[in-house]
Amino acid sequence: MVNLTINGLNVSVEEGSTLLEAAQFLGFPLPTLCHMEGLSPYGACRLCVVEIGEGEKSKLVSSCTYPVQEGLKVRTASERVLRARKMIIELLLASCPQSKVIQDLASKFGVRQQRFKQEHEDCILCGLCVRMCEEQMMAKAIGFRGRGENRSIGTPFDIKSDVCRFCGGCMYVCPACQLRCTYNEPEKAICGACANLSPPCVEKDQFDDMMCYMDPCVACEINKD
Amino acid sequence: MLKLKTIFDLNALRDRLLSSSKPEIPTVVITAGTCGQASGANDLIRITKREMLSRGLTERLHLRVTGCHGYCETEPSVLIEPEGTFYPKVNIKDMARIVDAAVHGVVVESMLFRDPDTGELIEKQSELPFYRKQVRTILSSNERIDPIRIFNYIENGGYSALIKVFGVGKPDWVISEVKASKLRGRGGAGFSTGLKWEYLAKQPNGNGKYLVCNADEGDPGAYMDRSVLEGNPHSIIEGMIIGAYGAGATEGIIYVRNEYPLAIKHLLIALRQARDLGLLGDNILGTGFSFDIKLVKGAGAFVCGEETALMRSIEGKMGEPRQRPPFPVEVGVNGNPTAINNVETWANIPVIIRDGADNFRSVGTKNNSGTKIFSLVGKIRNTGLVEVPMGITIEEIVYDIGGGPVGNSKIKAVQTGGPSGGCIPADKFDLTIDYDSLAEAGSIMGSGGMIVMDENTCMVDVAKYFMHFLKDESCGKCYTCRKGTQRMYEILDGVSKGESTIEQLDLLEELANVVKDTTMCGLGQTAPNPVLSTLRYFRSEYRKHIEDGKCPAGVCKELITYSINEECTGCGVCLKACPEDAITGEKKKRHVIDQVKCIKCGACMSVCKFDAVEVE
Repeated sequence: MVNLTINGLNVSVEEGSTLLEAAQFLGFPLPTLCHMEGLSPYGACRLCVVEIGEGEKSKLVSSCTYPVQEGLKVRTASERVLRARKMIIELLLASCPQSKVIQDLASKFGVRQQRFKQEHEDCILCGLCVRMCEEQMMAKAIGFRGRGENRSIGTPFDIKSDVCRFCGGCMYVCPACQLRCTYNEPEKAICGACANLSPPCVEKDQFDDMMCYMDPCVACEINKD
Repeated sequence: MLKLKTIFDLNALRDRLLSSSKPEIPTVVITAGTCGQASGANDLIRITKREMLSRGLTERLHLRVTGCHGYCETEPSVLIEPEGTFYPKVNIKDMARIVDAAVHGVVVESMLFRDPDTGELIEKQSELPFYRKQVRTILSSNERIDPIRIFNYIENGGYSALIKVFGVGKPDWVISEVKASKLRGRGGAGFSTGLKWEYLAKQPNGNGKYLVCNADEGDPGAYMDRSVLEGNPHSIIEGMIIGAYGAGATEGIIYVRNEYPLAIKHLLIALRQARDLGLLGDNILGTGFSFDIKLVKGAGAFVCGEETALMRSIEGKMGEPRQRPPFPVEVGVNGNPTAINNVETWANIPVIIRDGADNFRSVGTKNNSGTKIFSLVGKIRNTGLVEVPMGITIEEIVYDIGGGPVGNSKIKAVQTGGPSGGCIPADKFDLTIDYDSLAEAGSIMGSGGMIVMDENTCMVDVAKYFMHFLKDESCGKCYTCRKGTQRMYEILDGVSKGESTIEQLDLLEELANVVKDTTMCGLGQTAPNPVLSTLRYFRSEYRKHIEDGKCPAGVCKELITYSINEECTGCGVCLKACPEDAITGEKKKRHVIDQVKCIKCGACMSVCKFDAVEVE
């Protein structure tokens, strides 16, 4: 067990766990977008930053990726943390204003203004879908491409991937792209599953073995009728 | 090639090489690094060879093709040994005369370097103002060594540090010696190299340990590592073998960017030669110690210079940093303990071991020992690679070595540390160059880029340029780095176009501080430095853009207008130079610029001999 202090409270957690887990164990809420239990920590959204260390050496780290260390002093809601978090939400709001998740975050943390040029993006590149596809669905159908401004998520060369089973897991976990995950705009989809009018459950006999996250789903709607 | 089986063999080889060498025979040394080749060194080599063969001079004259010597401004240059006569900017037509003079032991006076201030002719290389103040422990080897000949390296004392290490026979001694030298990583962060190796040595040896040479030099305008790799690849290899022996590493990797073809070529040749000679591989020199180095070519992402991204790239994955801890020294390449050092750090190792830690520490300051190579570029007279002791002031580098500004404009600032570094204004040029004082001034040492800027450089434009570079080169994993650099660029772009407000300047600063605070790796944490340091020292320039709608340096195109004043003689040169036909006027009468057609390229200004074109 590792002993550390979070917001002045002593806590003892298992070795190998993260600061986020330790903070949640104590009941300190930390907002996250790219974190999900069952998927490996990634540290992309930076919302869960906490302040560690003291004095001049104190710094902000993403709690979801930082392992607990003996004697570490963690502050989850210091002024520095809150300032950074507000700015991150403001950046998110400037890019994905239509996401319900991000709107809720903004209202919760009191972000009432957005001073950047308004954009309308669908994806914040949190990578949940990529990890879902790789780690839970064992498919590796989608991945990151490019870097910097040109970073995007998709299949290699934008060709429909053979390993994609149209499980819809990628869309199920997505915190931002509520719009894209209905099949209203199939051209915006990552895997094209939402545009697929013959879902695997209809085509394949042994569909019981496969998980399905499709919602709404053409097949389910057909069955309902 | 013969294989060396014992330390004695290597010593015997060196003795044999030294006894057969004839230092009294004049040698023509031609600099043929990438820079030299680009400015025509290959032609000089061809002509020299032809002269030597056709006139039967092979017994009376030697030719040595070396890597870069550092003085880029004078490329292609020729050095005649043993006298040390230096000929700058040699034309192919003059090469035959130089060869002739070298054979007869005379000097071609008309082609010598002329001091631009005093007009005096300078014969010896060591007396040039550019070289006088430098302490060239690493770079001086470049002119003595032909990088593709291992015997040349051995003859010049190469691999003697390795013999010394094997002679002592204690890995601990290597680490204590490097620790005692107080060598700090030359890659930028300045972590103690000895300490890093000590951690590596302490790690459990499961599936082996790695040593990595980080040669992914990506800063715009910086090429220190390239010149060392091209000019003296064996020093890196020797350094890595010593490091491996000290830290108990089993495998070495040199990660070099693919944009350095000559460096890759020389490294591959050097690795093969070292392997053939038995200096790499199993049971090196009969000591029972085994170590080999492989070369990995990077695909050209700036972020792959960050150590955790570099490791992922070596593993064949996408170059993306990850959280530290665990540090590479615990979990590195393929999950094995790994120590990563910069090219220049490795090149310093043989020097430390050969001459002793005390000797190394005698150069530089208390906590910053040794020398550092900077690539001095920008609006300065002597551009090139300078190797200076730590603790030298910026003023000495810029004015004494660099020769001061080009033309009449005053130097305004220097930018150190590449895109992640910051600008230091001219009134702080008494600042000493070391890791700590640069960090205090809001910049970083970085790998050693130093860009000099004068009054004609707009600081907003500089920040915008670097931010453009960073928004393209951010890996994009951390939201604040990816989006933050994009948004900072957006605001800077607005400032440079005069579309911004003062409130946005505060927003820029606020955002920059958050990006610095919240990103995972060194790239993101230092990415706001160009913005923060220019805001700190040149805020007035930003304000002039916003409040007056003017660019004081005359750079930001949206805010400037070119006009022709009464000095115009109507010569018509600008009229012909204008690519848009925006200038009209009769001969011998004052010309006029059509502001609608003008694209503000500045061509008219650069061709005008009467200073009649003004920019405001």
